[in-house]
Amino acid sequence: MSELAMPRSWRRETKPHKFCPGCGHGLVLKALGMAVDRLEIAERVLFGCDIGCSLLAWDFFNLDTVQTHHGRTVPFIVGAKRARPHLIGIAYMGDGGGYAIGVQHLINAVMRNDRILVIIVNNTTYAMTGGQMAPTSLPGQKTETSPGGREPRTEGYPLRGPEMVASFAAEGAYIARGSVSHVQRLALFLERGLQNQIQDKGIAVVEALSTCPTNWRTNAEDTWKYLEKEMADYYPVREFVSPWKENNPRGVN
Amino acid sequence: MGGEGGQGVQTAADILAQAAFEEGKEALYIPNFGIEQRGGVSLAFVQIGANPVGSPKFDQAHLVVALSARSLERLQDYLHEGSTLLYDSSLLAPPEVSDSVVGWQAYDTIAPEAFAERRLTDRRQKFPRITKKVHKILGLPAGEMASSRLHPRVSNIIVLGAAARLIEIVRLEEVKKALEKRLANKIRRDPKLKELNYKALELGWEAADRMLKGREAGAAV
Amino acid sequence: MITNTQTLTVLWSVNKGDNMSNKYGNDTDSNIRPAGHGDRRAFMYGNEVVVRAALAAKAEFLYGYPITPQNEIMHYWSRLAPAQGGKFLQTEDELSAGFATLGGIMAGARSFSATAGPGTVLFQEPLSMAEMMRIPIVLIVQQRGGPSTATVIYSQQEVFLAIFGGNGEGLRVVYSPGGHQEMYDYTIKAFDTAWRYRFPTLVLGDGYQAKMREPVVLYDPEERGMQLQPAVPFVGGEGVPGVEREPAHWRNAFSVEEELFEALQPIIHDFQHAAPFLTEMEASDLEGAEIIVTGHGIVGRSAREAVRELRAGGVPAGFFRPLTLRPFPAKDLKRILDSCPRLLVVESAQGQLTKLFRIAIGGELEHRVEMYPYFRPGLGITAEEIAREVRAILGGERKEEARAAVSIL
Repeated sequence: MSELAMPRSWRRETKPHKFCPGCGHGLVLKALGMAVDRLEIAERVLFGCDIGCSLLAWDFFNLDTVQTHHGRTVPFIVGAKRARPHLIGIAYMGDGGGYAIGVQHLINAVMRNDRILVIIVNNTTYAMTGGQMAPTSLPGQKTETSPGGREPRTEGYPLRGPEMVASFAAEGAYIARGSVSHVQRLALFLERGLQNQIQDKGIAVVEALSTCPTNWRTNAEDTWKYLEKEMADYYPVREFVSPWKENNPRGVN
Repeated sequence: MGGEGGQGVQTAADILAQAAFEEGKEALYIPNFGIEQRGGVSLAFVQIGANPVGSPKFDQAHLVVALSARSLERLQDYLHEGSTLLYDSSLLAPPEVSDSVVGWQAYDTIAPEAFAERRLTDRRQKFPRITKKVHKILGLPAGEMASSRLHPRVSNIIVLGAAARLIEIVRLEEVKKALEKRLANKIRRDPKLKELNYKALELGWEAADRMLKGREAGAAV
Repeated sequence: MITNTQTLTVLWSVNKGDNMSNKYGNDTDSNIRPAGHGDRRAFMYGNEVVVRAALAAKAEFLYGYPITPQNEIMHYWSRLAPAQGGKFLQTEDELSAGFATLGGIMAGARSFSATAGPGTVLFQEPLSMAEMMRIPIVLIVQQRGGPSTATVIYSQQEVFLAIFGGNGEGLRVVYSPGGHQEMYDYTIKAFDTAWRYRFPTLVLGDGYQAKMREPVVLYDPEERGMQLQPAVPFVGGEGVPGVEREPAHWRNAFSVEEELFEALQPIIHDFQHAAPFLTEMEASDLEGAEIIVTGHGIVGRSAREAVRELRAGGVPAGFFRPLTLRPFPAKDLKRILDSCPRLLVVESAQGQLTKLFRIAIGGELEHRVEMYPYFRPGLGITAEEIAREVRAILGGERKEEARAAVSIL
C-alpha cells in the first residue's frame, strides 16, 4: 500500500482529522490503520483512547471505539478483553497517560501479560493541556512547567517506558519503540503487536516517538530534527522483547 | 464472648449461632474486627431469638464469656443484673468477693476431678474489677481441662459447650452438628478431630450442667 | 408496611412455580438447605450473600481490589463463580477495578465490583464515566469508617460519596439494604435496575452487614418469575464496521459547552422520569405517631426495632426508612411528615442522611418539621439507645441542642 493512501479502516467522514498541523498522531494512527488492514481484523477490534490529544481519535476509525479517562484506557481494555477474549483490544494513549497517571496500570498489565496492544505516543510533553513537562521530556527541554529546562537533579531523567517494562515482561510479550519518522516500520511493529494478541502470545507495548510542533514551538525542519536526532538519541527505536525475532516474517529490524 | 486473638473466640461464637440456626431459631453473629490480623482483643457478639434479630449489636448481654482480662474489661459494658459471666479460671484468677460489691448472688468455680489435683499456675491474669451487679459469675478452668484431658487447642470448644448449656436454647446435638460443619475442612484432614471436639463440647456442657444443677439444688453460696 | 413497589411489579411479578430443581446444583455448602419452591434457607456472612446474589443474577465477571470489609466478596466469588462460568480479575487498584468493570460491561458481560472507604473514593472516577455514558455498572459498597483510612469496621459515612461523589449530577441509583435478605434481594435487583435504566447502581452496605452472619433465603429470580434485563454489548457487533454496519463510537469528552449541555439533557430527563419507578421506602406504625424515627440500612433496622419496642410500651412512635437513597422517596416522606411533623434521624455518620432529608423536605414543610439528630459517626447504633432517645425527645429533654446540631450541617 502506498504511504499516501488512506487506510481502509480510517473513517473518511471524519477526515480531515482534528490534530494540529505537523502532529505525529495522524501518522501513528496511519501506521495502526495499515496494520489493522493487513491483518483484516477490523470487525474484532476494540479501540480505546485516553484523554489528552489521543481522545481526538474517538471517531477516527471505522473501528468500535471507546474514549475513556486519563490513564485508564489500559484497565478498560483489559476488562473488555478478559470478558470477551475474541476482541482485539487496543489501548491508545500519550506519554502522560501511559507513564504518569496510568503507569500502575501499564506495569500491572505487563506483569499479567494481558493480551492487549498498548500504544503510547511519546511526544515529550503534555500537549492538550498546553505543553507541561512530561515523564518523557528530555533533559533541558523547556516546557510550561519547566521554563528553565528540565533539570535532572530535581526533575529526574526521562522515563524509557519500553525498556522499563521489557525488564520484567513475561514470555510471549512484545515490546518495541517505533517512530513516526519511519511509518512503515512503526506499522510493522504494530502489526507484530497485534499478531501477538491474535495468537495469544502475550501483551504488546509499542511506544511511538511523535511530534508536537504546537507545544515545541518548532517549524517543520526543527520538528523533524528534534524527533530524529534528540529524541531518537535518547529513545532508541527498536524491538526490545519479541517472540517474533526468530522467524521475522518481514525481514525488517 | 471475648478473648485474645487466637484463642478461638470467633469460632466458638460462630458455632453457637449456627447451632441456634440449625435449631430453627433466628440468630445473628458478628465479629468485632479491627485492623490487626493477630494479637488484639477479639470480641464476638451472638443474638438468638424466636424473631428476626434487630440491630447486630446490643446493650446488654445475658451471657458474657471472657477468656482474658483485657477482653473482660471491654465486655464490662454489656453486663447487667441478669447477666451470667463465664470465665476461664485457668487463665484468669478467680475474683475476690468483696463486701463492697453488693448483688453478686453467686460465685462458683468448678474444679473437675482431673483438674482438682493440679496446681493452678500463678501466672494467671488478675481478674478485673467488676463494677456492675451481675446475676452470677462462673469460673470454668477450660484451659486446664483441655490440657490435662484432651488437647490444649480445644479449650475454646469446652467453653462453647458450657456457654451452649448456659443459654438453655440449643441442644447439644445441634451444637455438635454446627461444629462439624464449621470444622469440616479440618475434620476431613484429620478425622480424629471430630471425636476430640465432641468430647470437648461434652466436657464443657456437663461442667455447666453441674453448675446449674448445683445451683438449683441450692448448693452454691 | 407501605412499600413502593412500582418497579417491583415490573420485575418481581411473582409467579412461583413448583420447580424444585436446584440451580445451585453441585454446591457443597452444607449451610444451605431447601426452603420450598427451590428456595434455600442459609446461615451466611453478608459478603457471601452478595456473591450468591450476583450469581443468581447471572453476573459474569467480578473485577476487584482488596479492601476491608468487602474482601470476602472476592474470596467467595473466586471460589463459587467458576462453576457457573464466572470470571475474576484482581486489579492493581480501584481505578483499575472500576475501569476494567466498565470494559467488561461494554464488551457485553454482566460485570460488577465491590469496594469500601478509600476505594469508594477512587471509584468515583469510573462511576462518573458510567453516568455520562450510561454504562450499567453495579457496585457493592461495604462502608467502613472515615474520613481517611479510619476503621475497617463500619460506618454510614459513604452516603454522599455513593450519591454525589463524582464530578457531575449524581445520576445514580443507590439502594440501602438493612440485612442479609435485602442484601440478597437488592443485589439481584441492582443488576436489573442498572441494565434496565442504564444508570450506575450501587448497593450501599456496611461492615456489619458484610461481616455478620444471619439467616437468608436464597432463590433463583427466574423461578420467581423475575425476568432480569439482559446484558447487551456496546461494542463488537457483527459485521465489518464502516462497511456492513456503523462503527460504535463512544465518548465522554465534548468540545464546547453547548455540546455538553445538549448531551446531558436526555440523561437528566431519563433519570428524572425513571425516579418514580425507582424510589422505594418502608414505613410502619404511622397511625397516631407523634414522632417519626428514621434511619437507613442496618440502622434503619435498629430504628424499626426501637419503634416496635416503643409501641409495645405505649409510646406513639412511627417508622420510616428510605430504601433508595437516590432517587430519594421524597413524596412519601412529605406525606408522612405532613401528618406528623416531628422526625428523629438516626445515623452512623454526622448528618449525611439528615442532609438528604432536609433536601427532600424543603419548602413550606421545612419550617414546620421539628428535626432531631442522633449522630454516631462510625459507631453502631442499637435499638435500645434509639428508644431511649425517643423517650428523651418526647419528654422534652432535647429541643435546643437538637436544633443546634442540625443547623450547623
